[in-house]
Amino acid sequence: MPTLTYREALNQALSEEMERDERVMLMGEEVAEYDGAYKVSEGLLKKFGPKRIIDTPISETGFSGLAVGAAMYGLRPIVEFMTWSFSLVAYDQIVNNAAQVRYMSGGQFSVPIVFRGSSGGGLQVGATHSHTPENWYANVPALTVITPAFPDDAKGLLKSAIRSNNPVCFLENEKLYGYKDDVPEGEYLTEIGKARVRREGSDFTIVSNSGSTHRALNAAAKLAEEGINAEVIDLRTIKPLDFDTIAASVSRTNRLLIVEENKPFAGWGAQVAYQVQRELFDDLDAPVHRVTSLDVPQPYNGRLEQAVLPNEDRIIAAVRELLA
Amino acid sequence: MPAADPAVKNAKNNASSRLPDLKPVEKIALFRQMLIIRRFEEKAKQAFTQGKIKGFCHLYNGQEAVAVGTISVLNEDDAVITAYRDHAHALTRGSDPNACMAELFGRITGCSRGKGGSMHFFDAKRHFYGGHGIVGGQIPLGTGLAFAQKYLGTSRVTLAYMGDGAINQGSVHEAMNLAALWKLPVVYIIENNEYSMGTSQARSSAGDPLTKRAGAFDMAAIQANGMDIDDVRAKTFEAVSLARTESLPTLMEIRTYRYFGHSMSDPGKYRSKEEIEARRRNDPIELYKARLIEQKVATEESLNAIDEEALAIAQASYDFADQSADPEIETVFEDIFAPEDQIAEFRPSPHG
Repeated sequence: MPTLTYREALNQALSEEMERDERVMLMGEEVAEYDGAYKVSEGLLKKFGPKRIIDTPISETGFSGLAVGAAMYGLRPIVEFMTWSFSLVAYDQIVNNAAQVRYMSGGQFSVPIVFRGSSGGGLQVGATHSHTPENWYANVPALTVITPAFPDDAKGLLKSAIRSNNPVCFLENEKLYGYKDDVPEGEYLTEIGKARVRREGSDFTIVSNSGSTHRALNAAAKLAEEGINAEVIDLRTIKPLDFDTIAASVSRTNRLLIVEENKPFAGWGAQVAYQVQRELFDDLDAPVHRVTSLDVPQPYNGRLEQAVLPNEDRIIAAVRELLA
Repeated sequence: MPAADPAVKNAKNNASSRLPDLKPVEKIALFRQMLIIRRFEEKAKQAFTQGKIKGFCHLYNGQEAVAVGTISVLNEDDAVITAYRDHAHALTRGSDPNACMAELFGRITGCSRGKGGSMHFFDAKRHFYGGHGIVGGQIPLGTGLAFAQKYLGTSRVTLAYMGDGAINQGSVHEAMNLAALWKLPVVYIIENNEYSMGTSQARSSAGDPLTKRAGAFDMAAIQANGMDIDDVRAKTFEAVSLARTESLPTLMEIRTYRYFGHSMSDPGKYRSKEEIEARRRNDPIELYKARLIEQKVATEESLNAIDEEALAIAQASYDFADQSADPEIETVFEDIFAPEDQIAEFRPSPHG
């Protein structure tokens, strides 16, 4: 099986889906002639031409809304945000238009669209460029929210997202673009809404997503040296939430740690903790624990930012409390 | 009316053909359509006062020549999208008055199954893309409809309407830039009724006329008298021709006036009764009626008979809405997601 970076896997998904369906097109800032700010769309202009790989002005409201209108008319646009932090400028178009039109029209119009781009902190780009907005979008009823952590899922989930007839927010992670792993060739679709157990273990369960899955796996590897065996579940899709996979694990390990990069208040982890206490109360041997980013704006200074992000030290400290 | 903007000549120079003269029967149809809207809105006003219509209800009285005149130069498969003062656009597009009134009543028989309400009418079969509630938010969508029309190689065009208040939203300027940059077949129509809610144009918008906003994008611009349906038709035809034959956008400003408040909840303290009375003397329906009589297209009696018909249509829509059922509670979970046909369904039942 070929080894690809997360970036190359996304590129492959885009290329394959554009070959498959003429109605699929990609627009965003620097996606065409610049080959993508993060090179996710590298080579696509050459392959598909300027009609389908479209450089936009810096105008997120304008091109996001335009793409929603085009989707209502039957195209299947992919909108790239250079980073999801910039999606805030287009929030009205995503929330009030992409997500509400089908319902408000009594089912007359569909919006088959993918909004995608990088997200997350850890690169010292400061408070305006470091958001992990999956919670903000997951709170909107008609939006599907996906956050792949590995190259194979990046490919398989993006292909599925492009084929969905509904609006999808696809949040990539800036720090993972260079991460390499095996990726199946050709037609490889990952089911949306299904979590994946990335590490099997029996002592406790970690539920995480995106970059935090890697933090969790690294912490789990260290803990394994002490004979502590973590089961690590990568959510992959934030919404719809795959609670069945979480429940199957927690009912066996009886202890749950949630690791997420979001700020803590009303993060998806709070939703998971609610559902676990509601449905698995008798299975729990300890209160559900949660490691998140600290509830402060993202600082520029590297030392400060590392303290804000969920890191291995904080994860391991939380595990010790959980097992105490 | 203020002096025409220099950009106006762009539109005129590019008009490809002359607006065909209307046959008498077509003129009478325009008159009839304006009256249906007028009587429908009056009936909606009555129903709102009776408590049968809830929420917000923005009436179109006074502006009828705008929707009817502009849409009259379209083909059936062209696209129309507007803001929340949307009843007239749906009705003119051919939506069933019964379904429109039922939507105002929140009934299952409504044009959006009771889920949209006054501000969110939709009619896919008639290429009516809504009915949108956020000021200016529909303008990028309309631009996207035109983008798709061009991408798919159609010769269709889009009319994207907004109020004068929308012209100060960033979304409108972003969309106009994209339309001019990418040469999209869209006509932006400002229905300038002089007030963005309770704030007059003088207190909200720098620069007059509003068509000046097109100049920054090298976009054609044209003004029309919204009280004169013939002027509205002639000017819209130029803009539509430019979009259809050259794939170029136009910004239209149609000067009009609304007789009632911004919505039914508006006490209207920002303008005088005298102002409204003076403007009512320039009524677009009365003006057209007099013209049709003068042109011997119709007699006063025959036009009055059409009014009787319009009143009956409005009453029938009221009766239909009143007798229609509320949606079943289960329908609250319907219409959230389009069915998947290229991948497996992946969402649990929302009942869960």
